[in-house]
Amino acid sequence: MKAKRDILVIDDEAVVVEGVARICGFQGLSVDTADNGAAGLEQLDRYAYRLVLCDVMMQTLDGFQYLAEAARRSSRTPVIMITGYATVENAVHSLLCGAIDFIAKPFTVDELLAVVQRGLNYGRLVEEEAPAAGAPSPRTNGPTPHYRLGPVSWAAIEPAGTALIGVSDVFVRTIDGVQRVDLSSAGSELVQGNSCAAISSTNALVHSVMCPLSGRVLDANARVIAHPDILASGPYADGWLYRILPSDLKYNLRWLQAGEASPGRGDFR
Amino acid sequence: MIRRNIGFKLTLAVSVTALLTISIFAYVNIQSHSRSLLVEVERHASQISQTVTSSTEYDMLLNEPARIHETIKRLGGQPSIERIRIMNKTGQVIYSSDAKEIGKMVDKSAESCVRCHFIDPPLKSLGMKERTRVFQRPSEHSRTLGIITPIYNQASCWTAACHAHPQAQTILGVFDVVLPLAEVDKELWRGQMEIVIFAISAVLLLSVIIGIVVRRWVDLPVKELLAATQHVASGDLSYTIDEQREDELGMLARSFNHMTNKLSEARMQIFQSDKLAALGRLAAGVAHEINNPLTGVLTYSSLMLKQTADRPELHADLEVVVRETLRCRGIVKSLLDFARQSVPKKSAADVNEIIQRALSVVERQLALNQVVLERRLDPDLPLTTIDANQIEQVLINLLVNAADAIGPHGGTIMVSSAVLSLSPVGVTQIKQACCPKRHNLIDDTVRTDGKPSVRLKARCGRDEGFVYVDPMYGKGAHRQGVAFEEGKTVQLVCPECSVSLMVEKETCPLCQSGIYAFDIPSGGIVKGCSRAGCGWQQWSEVDASGNKEFVEIRVRDTGCGIPEEALAKIYEPFYSTKGPKGTGLGLAVIWGIVDNHNGMIEVESAVGVGTTFIVRIPVKP
Repeated sequence: MKAKRDILVIDDEAVVVEGVARICGFQGLSVDTADNGAAGLEQLDRYAYRLVLCDVMMQTLDGFQYLAEAARRSSRTPVIMITGYATVENAVHSLLCGAIDFIAKPFTVDELLAVVQRGLNYGRLVEEEAPAAGAPSPRTNGPTPHYRLGPVSWAAIEPAGTALIGVSDVFVRTIDGVQRVDLSSAGSELVQGNSCAAISSTNALVHSVMCPLSGRVLDANARVIAHPDILASGPYADGWLYRILPSDLKYNLRWLQAGEASPGRGDFR
Repeated sequence: MIRRNIGFKLTLAVSVTALLTISIFAYVNIQSHSRSLLVEVERHASQISQTVTSSTEYDMLLNEPARIHETIKRLGGQPSIERIRIMNKTGQVIYSSDAKEIGKMVDKSAESCVRCHFIDPPLKSLGMKERTRVFQRPSEHSRTLGIITPIYNQASCWTAACHAHPQAQTILGVFDVVLPLAEVDKELWRGQMEIVIFAISAVLLLSVIIGIVVRRWVDLPVKELLAATQHVASGDLSYTIDEQREDELGMLARSFNHMTNKLSEARMQIFQSDKLAALGRLAAGVAHEINNPLTGVLTYSSLMLKQTADRPELHADLEVVVRETLRCRGIVKSLLDFARQSVPKKSAADVNEIIQRALSVVERQLALNQVVLERRLDPDLPLTTIDANQIEQVLINLLVNAADAIGPHGGTIMVSSAVLSLSPVGVTQIKQACCPKRHNLIDDTVRTDGKPSVRLKARCGRDEGFVYVDPMYGKGAHRQGVAFEEGKTVQLVCPECSVSLMVEKETCPLCQSGIYAFDIPSGGIVKGCSRAGCGWQQWSEVDASGNKEFVEIRVRDTGCGIPEEALAKIYEPFYSTKGPKGTGLGLAVIWGIVDNHNGMIEVESAVGVGTTFIVRIPVKP
């Protein structure tokens, strides 16, 4: 039985590793660091971590290679990617490779704490719903047919060519109580992989929702703004965020996972 | 080198042709001249022969040899006659103007005999041709003509008193008259010489004239073209040729100039896209490299901000650090966005507030440079749909440029804002266009003022080419991809499906030329004049929407100004006048941002007086 630790930070930039370690340390979390993917994997073999924060661009074993290697070792530790080269492709690619979320450098303390909080909660959900290793992971569900951007957000293509986008139930469950939802107004352009909504939680953290599709906002759901709690009760029904006119659907869909046909509980990732 | 010269070759070809033609003409002429002279001489000789025959016939009948002798001697003594003789059937010379010959036998193979004696039995009668012979004696220079006249045995001969000839004899003898052809040959020689001299002079004259003409009309223009191609090959695409001439070479010159012009534009675009690609790589590198240290600054400063909630004096300062670091993050992000030409994130914002924010960033630096800042902000600006971060960046860049232009010795910067209403003509961009069969007409590769043009195919007679319509409605900076003759009717068609775009029964209200039309999927039809040079356009739907509201921001400085030759280049990436201090990206980024907002940027500048940048952003996108 491996010794339990809270967080492993993998980044070749010392100031970033130290900063993250220090902030998490203030929160009473135990933090280990590694300066490349290979060293990170060694740490992963030694301890049982609750969460891994991993840089995308590193000299020895980059973030994507780390994700593949961790998956090969059947690691159930959730991974959140960090990168200084915040392209949309990097963000959505990370989620396709198994990361649960993404944070772009540079970030503030609150942004980091929000994503760490979600990561820890996600790990707890995995443990609660599938305590034995190898058993199925906790599941998400959503409207059919729909596409998912990792465990973060979903998009459903409507017959008229428009798309509904929303936040996944898992994402909402990793937030400690939705207090407020801030949405962009109709007419604004959303870009896949960029933040499209800010959800404030009761513990005063602000959580960015990564947008699953690029397009122009036709309608922002006023009911969600007025009653943030419907996000938790029906994230795939009344709790949708936007109705958009997709601008580059074909390209965007390459980065999304198709949701399963039957309604109910889908894979976490 | 001279052998490869096209003028030399042309002249040579014409001269050789002329030489051949004139030579053939001269040959035929000389032959005909010589023949007719000979015929004349033959006739003359025949006459003499007849005269001698007639003169001696009677004496023969009377058998008066002395009188015959005398007659022949006298006739033969004339200067135009060399010799007259009479031979009997056996070939013996009976009478001759040359007394030494008399009594001698003539060889039957001799000149005068072979005519009849080349066969056996000999010919009894002869035509004119057979009677005449022209020959040259080895000892003499000129030719000689001989004519023989057979003496036939007639009734009067055998019935004559002398009974010299029996009745059975057919031919009694032969008159042989020999004339010298020296005069004739001389005449012929002179004639030939004249013709040869004429031919040579004609060929020479022709060669000279052709040479001059070819040099003037072919050689020089071709040489000029050659020089121009060498200039172009060496990279000088601004080199042009004189295109005054009206002939094919003039057209070639015009085509050449047109081609270099197009090449120059293409090179500029490649250059520009290369620069943009380099900018993209640079931006990506900068983003990666800068974001790491920025993470240190932002995490620690935001951490300190949290820890100093109870110390207001520190807290306020840290707030500035965090806010400005976040702005840095925005700048790096927008640099990446610019490199990727991404859409700005727009929301309704107060432009005056953004101006104030931008000014507060640079205020301190301006104060250090003793720059006086004037604000003339219109308090009634409408909320404008913009990306506030990007517009703030535009303003900060413009303000920093203004401060740099003023230098350390002080000056004034005036920032003003105003709302103005502009006619849609010249400010509305045609962003989508299609033919009646819904083919896209927008061409990304050929840009007008940086914006994708509307590409149409133009047909004029058998010529075809593209026309690039200025995407700014009504601005009229169209470009012809091909030069058509002035005044010819041009048909415009869809480049994809060749469906005609011409509107029947309608003409341009300005110049009465034909008009074209294409659809705008988002609303309406754009009509325009098909004649190059006429910029008339009509887009009723936009005209009907009335004037468009713009927020105008002016940044005026009393700095050094921008020289006129630099004005065209200031928006190019990496163009900088600040030396190692500048990256040359500032105005390129500004241009990209303003363009992404469908706005306009203009500059007014006078060296030594100052510069004003005018940015206009539509209130509604």
